[in-house]
Amino acid sequence: MAKGDRTKAGGGGTAPPEPEFVQLLTPDGERVAHPDYTVDFTDEEYRGLYRDLVIVRKLDAEATALQRQGELGIWASLLGQEAAQVGSGRALREQDMAFPTYREHGVLYCRGIDPIMPLGLFRGVNQGGWDPNAFKFNMYTIVIGAQTLHATGYAMGITKDGRVGGGDGEAVIAYFGDGASSQGDVNEAFVWASVFNAPIVFFCQNNQYAISEPIERQTRVPLYQRAAGFGFPGLRVDGNDVLASYAVTRAALDAARQGQGPSLIEAYTYRMGAHTTSDDPTRYRIASELDAWQAKDPIKRVRAFLDKQQLADEAFFAEVDAQAQREATHLRERVLSMPNPHPEQLFDNVYPHGSPLLDAERAEFADYLASFEGSAN
Amino acid sequence: MAVETLTLGKALNNGLRRALERDPKVLLMGEDIGKLGGVFRITDGLQKDFGDERVIDTPLAESGIVGTAVGLAIRGYRPVCEIQFDGFVYPAFDQIVSQVAKMHYRSRGKVRLPIVIRIPFGGGIGAVEHHSESPEAYFAHTAGLKVVACSNPSDAYTMIQQAIASDDPIVFFEPKRRYWEKGEVDTEAPLSAAHPLHAARVLRPGRDATVLAYGPMVRTALDAATAVADDGRDLEVIDLRTLSPLDLEPVYDSVRRTGRCVIVHEAPSSGGLGAEVAARITEKCFSRLEAPVLRVAGFNTPYPAARMEEEYLPDLDRVLDAVDRTYGW
Ligand SMILES: Cc1ncc(C[n+]2csc(CCOP(=O)(O)OP(=O)(O)O)c2C)c(N)n1
Repeated sequence: MAKGDRTKAGGGGTAPPEPEFVQLLTPDGERVAHPDYTVDFTDEEYRGLYRDLVIVRKLDAEATALQRQGELGIWASLLGQEAAQVGSGRALREQDMAFPTYREHGVLYCRGIDPIMPLGLFRGVNQGGWDPNAFKFNMYTIVIGAQTLHATGYAMGITKDGRVGGGDGEAVIAYFGDGASSQGDVNEAFVWASVFNAPIVFFCQNNQYAISEPIERQTRVPLYQRAAGFGFPGLRVDGNDVLASYAVTRAALDAARQGQGPSLIEAYTYRMGAHTTSDDPTRYRIASELDAWQAKDPIKRVRAFLDKQQLADEAFFAEVDAQAQREATHLRERVLSMPNPHPEQLFDNVYPHGSPLLDAERAEFADYLASFEGSAN
Repeated sequence: MAVETLTLGKALNNGLRRALERDPKVLLMGEDIGKLGGVFRITDGLQKDFGDERVIDTPLAESGIVGTAVGLAIRGYRPVCEIQFDGFVYPAFDQIVSQVAKMHYRSRGKVRLPIVIRIPFGGGIGAVEHHSESPEAYFAHTAGLKVVACSNPSDAYTMIQQAIASDDPIVFFEPKRRYWEKGEVDTEAPLSAAHPLHAARVLRPGRDATVLAYGPMVRTALDAATAVADDGRDLEVIDLRTLSPLDLEPVYDSVRRTGRCVIVHEAPSSGGLGAEVAARITEKCFSRLEAPVLRVAGFNTPYPAARMEEEYLPDLDRVLDAVDRTYGW
């Protein structure tokens, strides 16, 4: 068993040593054993995880570049959190439902969803606009923590529908950040999930920061330990280890689908980039911290593992890079050609059956727009 | 006199600094306001100069920010809460509406809550959802709260200090898209000589029609007035400044002279401040009105995606269109 990170994420210097976490792959790419968790992947599956990691990082970098070029209004990068997202995302079974924040692009990708789907939100042409049930993936939620209650309610619905129990039962995963753990909504979600024994996994990516605020601003105990007070199990996993992230999430989801109730996973990771493209992390954290985490990079260790185990050769790595580049280019092209909404779309979908007030406003607005036609300006 | 040219954001920063200097009981609290200086840098440098006991990075919990401010105020402090964006005030809504607003009343005047809740509000910055809303009417609807909105650097500088010095709980709206606009600020004028906090102000006198605005729309109204001045139309522009209590005497005076009134805000028209103001003008000035009081407001939809906000937001053309329509009666 490996030790958790002992370096402080920022702030004062008196934090106790970090507790242990579940790790199956060290930063050097050594496969280590854990008494409770393991994975049983084929060679092809190991290579698949590597492929996922590389592609989601590449797509993320492309989105960052698109923002820099003014093609997206903002971007919330997942850089550094690929393993937590790919591991947990691949652990979902087809029937499972995910409730993301605004950063779960990697989970989205692993659900088999076209990565173009959330980019309308970041480009400012829509606010998501997809059907959560069609994709088993809720829309992104920007209001911190709100989705944890939605996820809990959805999980309660699974129980009501008799879809808990056995291997084909359904389960829910709710993503949130370390900052979100302070919100009332998140704590209420814990209470509800516990009281109703909801089939849900609370998956907290502790990336050490809520914008500028280090984790010490949110908690005095390791976050996973909070679960005990609510009456369900919690554990910490090395969130930069895709194997461990997969193993603990799969086990927690399966326990939930079999009727054993909620659990909390704290994926201990690091936001290697800015909070969003609007943020300037040099104002609140030091470069050496980033260097320390770079050594624990989630992708490097999988590559080292594949190398050491001779599961992949240079041709494979080159082919993955080429695929990532192709997908990124394809994504870029589609972002650039995303149509702007027609102004009158403003009035669509406020209510399922419209409203007289909106009908009137829409008509007036159309007249108003028409009044400019033919005039010089 | 020390007149400086400052952005609205910097004027707020200076005003907060003065308030911290003036009264050791003043505390600033909010998300990312310390080291980062706030996402809009309104509190830039204040934690460095006043320490983290007075400029407090809080846990990410708005109900906590306002709820603990209540306790701190009962204990004798004067908390100034920053809500990071308009759309994130709602987790604190219960604390504001059920606790902050009512405590003086319930305690029969024994508890005063000198709390300021600063909210950057409004759209026009191309942001994603929840970052461009105008929730002022919810608060203006709630007795026990006072609500103000600044529109320019000079007012920002004085109004924030007046709000902090006030014994009332005040929701203080800041026009986020105007944070970077510059204006002259007299940083040495005594606060006692400043225009009162709960008073409207005529920013541009005019004879033909009255245009009312507050916060970000004041600039739009002034631009509209400038645009038609050459055509010989003379608009009077009044900055409401205080949304609760409203200060409408200068408005009545104006409308009695002009007979025409247009009120502009970004918030949806239904149940908005414009409706309240129009009703009161109608009650007081009915016989002098040449046309109904018209509203130029956001549509009655959720705030749209950024690429539709230009259409959603009232602009110069829509203001002038409404002014024209007051001549159609
Ligand atoms: C209710 C609410 N308050 C404030 C914000 C502004 N905000 C956006 S992201 C963020 C920090 C979130 O930190 P964390 O939960 O750790 O997630 P991370 O962004 O690090 O993934 C804040 C304060 C918000 N979106 N919602």
